[in-house]
Amino acid sequence: MNRKLTRNILEFAGITLSIFFLIPLVLVLINAAKSNNEITMTPLALPGNWINLFKNIATIWASPNVGYQKAFFSSVVVTFFSLAGITISSAMAAWVLVRTKSKISTFLFFMFVAAMVIPFQVVMFPLVRWFSILQSTFGIQLLRSYTGMIIAYMGFGCSLSIFMFHGFIKSIPIQIEEAAYIDGCGKFKTFFLIVLPILKPIYVTVLILNGIWIWNDFLLPMLILGKGTDVQTLPLAVSNFAGTFLKSWDLMMTAILMALIPIVIFFILGQKHIIKGMVEGSVK
Amino acid sequence: MGKDRKKEKIMFWVFMAPALIAFLMVQVVPFFLGLYYSFTNWTASAQSSIDIVGLKNYIDAFKDTTFLYSTIITTIYTLLNIVLVNIIAFSLAMLVTSNIKGKNIYRAGFFLPNVIGGIILGYIWQFVFNSFVPKVGLALGIAWFDKNMILANANTALIALVIVSTWQYAGYIMMIYVAALQNVPRDLIEAAQIDGATPWQRFRAITVPMLMPAFTVTLFLTLVNSFKQYDVNASLTGPGPSIFFMGKAINGTELLAQNIANTSLVLRNTALAQAKAIIFFVVLVIFSLIQVYLTKKREVEL
Repeated sequence: MNRKLTRNILEFAGITLSIFFLIPLVLVLINAAKSNNEITMTPLALPGNWINLFKNIATIWASPNVGYQKAFFSSVVVTFFSLAGITISSAMAAWVLVRTKSKISTFLFFMFVAAMVIPFQVVMFPLVRWFSILQSTFGIQLLRSYTGMIIAYMGFGCSLSIFMFHGFIKSIPIQIEEAAYIDGCGKFKTFFLIVLPILKPIYVTVLILNGIWIWNDFLLPMLILGKGTDVQTLPLAVSNFAGTFLKSWDLMMTAILMALIPIVIFFILGQKHIIKGMVEGSVK
Repeated sequence: MGKDRKKEKIMFWVFMAPALIAFLMVQVVPFFLGLYYSFTNWTASAQSSIDIVGLKNYIDAFKDTTFLYSTIITTIYTLLNIVLVNIIAFSLAMLVTSNIKGKNIYRAGFFLPNVIGGIILGYIWQFVFNSFVPKVGLALGIAWFDKNMILANANTALIALVIVSTWQYAGYIMMIYVAALQNVPRDLIEAAQIDGATPWQRFRAITVPMLMPAFTVTLFLTLVNSFKQYDVNASLTGPGPSIFFMGKAINGTELLAQNIANTSLVLRNTALAQAKAIIFFVVLVIFSLIQVYLTKKREVEL
């Protein structure tokens, strides 16, 4: 009897808390299907007509003030290439750092790890200046470009990623690689054909951790791309839009909803891996 | 053999190169450049030359009332966050490890806000505080909510920031507690049960001490992430309503990260922003060392 009571209380608590947790997101959904007037009058009511939702989505989709399609495309490009860069370069570095026993490799590993404590605020302004110096000296477009964004994410992302790969590679027996050498594999072949496939559980984690960070990041794209320029990521685009349209809550809600959709779908599809990956990344 | 050795060395650098070059370009060079710039008169506007001015920026930073105010409210915000996030996260962890139905759905639901970007969250909650809360207040007959806009007052806006970060972060910290709770040995609890310990005694004497390593991690994460908060602060409150502090009108909800950013982006004084950032870094390191020292001391070996 007592047991059953506790269980009912717990279940009640669970449902109440979930409602509290999900209310903000539900509010976005129902208000994205209303006109501005309806939102001001009855922000809590269900929309009179869900058709409005699609109308609003179509408006935002085509609106030059948001540039949703372009921003979505830019976010995908930046995230995809940064992730590829981070994962491969960090796995390569971590592998030779583990397999080479020397003072240099210990020092380099320490340096990568130590950099994790430096807050972004310390390097952000000099980074922009440094990029603009490089840009004017060598003529490589780093500011307002994908190249600059991807290099920046590789530089910031490699610390944690190398650290995670390093820990895992240490536990792989070296005999597997030695067998590959005897069979005549070179370093590259050994790495890409033998080592990389073994690293799968870690690179899934590395991809998730870095992917969510890069997809949502705001300050770095704001500094490197600038506001309202040609290349904008999704958070930047929404923030630009909010700057001028914050009072048109109907469009604002739809813009927010459309910024939410990709990441929420991604989360629902891969929640098990995502939760596990993000928690693993923190505990290490 | 000598040739092999040399080849081995070259391969080491070949494999290091992509990560190392990016790392040097993005973190190492800017870090030292930043140190240097903090002793100069660097601004965000075009200037003919950048000259060394010694400790001027550091002295200015210590004299800057907005910086002092930001440090104070960031510390308050961080403390409130540490307490609230961890209490909620711990309770949620107890809830989703109990024997209720649909645990995994709860876990995913509580975790969801964490995968959404801070900028977007800030806009969502602006709507919640400006439209939802007053309406609910009206419906419940609580006049206060109808008359006062939460985000228009520096104190309540700071509380609003704490609420949003708790909402964003609790599910994540919850999962760290969940992992730790699952590691508490079953036989230890059963042994205590046989010895006649009440649930509360078991919790106090076994679960909590066994969770100390997890507390070290969760407190560290909430401390560091709260102290560095920028995104939600920028989109939910911005610099905030202006208030009087030490005889000057200043921005009421400007946390440290935003103060640093605005010192360069708005006031154009990048060298001062850089000096502030370095002070910020040192303070953060000191705070987290103290925290780790205090919690590590309480960890038990099994």
